[in-house]
Amino acid sequence: MNWIVQTFASSVGKKTMMAVTGLGFCLFLAAHLAGNLSLYVGRQTFNAYAEHLHSLEPLVKVMEAGLLFFAAVHVITGLVLFYQNFTARPSRYAVTRSAGGRSVGSRTMPYTGILLLGFVVYHLLNFHFVDKTGTTIYDIVAAAFTDPVTVGLYVCAMIVAAFHVSHGFWSAFQTLGANHPKYMPLIQGAGLVFSLLVGLGFGLLPVYLLAVS
Amino acid sequence: MTKSINLTLKVWRQPGSQSSGRLETYEARDISTDMSFLEMLDVINEQLTLEGAEPIAFDHDCREGICGTCGAVVNGRPHGPEKGTTLCQLHMRHFSDGDTIVIEPWRARAFAVIKDLAVDSSALDRLIQAGGYISASTGGAPDGNAILVPQETAELAMDAAACIGCGACVAACPNASAMLFVGAKVSHLALLPQGKPEAARRVAQMVREMDRLGFGNCTNERECEAECPKEINITNIARLNREFLKARFFSSEK
Ligand code: HEM
Ligand code: SF4
Ligand code: FES
Repeated sequence: MNWIVQTFASSVGKKTMMAVTGLGFCLFLAAHLAGNLSLYVGRQTFNAYAEHLHSLEPLVKVMEAGLLFFAAVHVITGLVLFYQNFTARPSRYAVTRSAGGRSVGSRTMPYTGILLLGFVVYHLLNFHFVDKTGTTIYDIVAAAFTDPVTVGLYVCAMIVAAFHVSHGFWSAFQTLGANHPKYMPLIQGAGLVFSLLVGLGFGLLPVYLLAVS
Repeated sequence: MTKSINLTLKVWRQPGSQSSGRLETYEARDISTDMSFLEMLDVINEQLTLEGAEPIAFDHDCREGICGTCGAVVNGRPHGPEKGTTLCQLHMRHFSDGDTIVIEPWRARAFAVIKDLAVDSSALDRLIQAGGYISASTGGAPDGNAILVPQETAELAMDAAACIGCGACVAACPNASAMLFVGAKVSHLALLPQGKPEAARRVAQMVREMDRLGFGNCTNERECEAECPKEINITNIARLNREFLKARFFSSEK
């Protein structure tokens, strides 16, 4: 087997792919959140932001293709790891008890991941693959969030995302070998802060739009 | 102060590697709190032998926490509930009168149960054979002092070298991964000048062997370092990942 294929097919290689793509998503989330904060300002600002983004069309297309590629790698590798890790212990323990290493985030990674995949598809159908003639993106978003069920779904999805990132962020650094006695506590703290920002930043937006509708 | 306690044990009984097993209940009467966990099992086994029943098979050797032979999962915790303790060094004073204790063998696809609590963990030996050694001649004891090693590096290497190969990390890992064990071995040797020349080949071969043996993949759950009787740190896993990426992308090792 070719050494490159061998490297990425190995356990540590697969983890490396998860870490690189996962951190890529974290960067995307940060940028996406920064942009969406303009929703709090109002209709004009958000539409201006969206228009400005689309004036960078070729760049946006490249980023979209990159995200799609990262998503394919992250999801497929994640599912392979989930399957392999499940079969690595064919007979389960009658009693399992944590010694305190695991967190809610770490325990639920594959499940929060699969839920996120479902959410991303739903989210893109809501706001990306829609007819935007004769209306603005702000109006589409504002109209969607007049429905309390939609708002509830988005809030839940953002809580799920916060848990996924609460473990994923520091875990990715550890996977890439970046565990340093001085910096690891900072990285873990930054991961928690980032997951809170994702949960609150994205999660409160639909609630705010529902409230002002 | 010495006390006597009564316990209910639920022990995994499995006649052989090919047979199916189940938890059997035993009453442990008048167990001295000065006994070790294995001495408690000895008492049960004497009783079973007198009754003409098959004694419980379990692994043990030094009984002083240094050989890495013993180990069972006690109420869901490898080597029992005490931190930094092997099963042979776990004392019955950590249990209370009337407790129910569930005792199971290490469970992983890479570790087959031989009988009851005795497990074939030779997969760890196979990992050592794949690269957990140095083949350079290092001379006699005085030659060891010819190469200066900074104290801090020596300490890190010694911390990693404290691993006794007991397999509790694999048993504790939700994914049955052997990354802490391999991380300890790779770190111990990669940190020292005598281990550096073969570092790239070592890590590449040990990771390949680890995958081939059917261990799971690390997801940084940190249960291993919490259960390791020698308190091996997961920074050793990070070093393993670093060494692996370095070997794969920056060395000529295929
Ligand atoms: C907003 C989207 C997402 C972000 C920001 C994200 C981020 C991350 C990060 C940073 C990691 C840690 C990598 C590591 O431990 O080295 C991770 C792991 C993981 N992700 Fe995601 N992820 C996202 C979406 C998804 C989706 C859609 C799935 C679908 C299956 C998924 C499944 C997983 C799984 C199973 C793991 C654990 C991998 C392992 O075994 O270590 N994630 N994610
Ligand atoms: S790393 Fe710790 S738990 Fe794992 S084999 Fe070594 S001593 Fe046992
Ligand atoms: S019997 Fe040697 S470590 Fe327990």
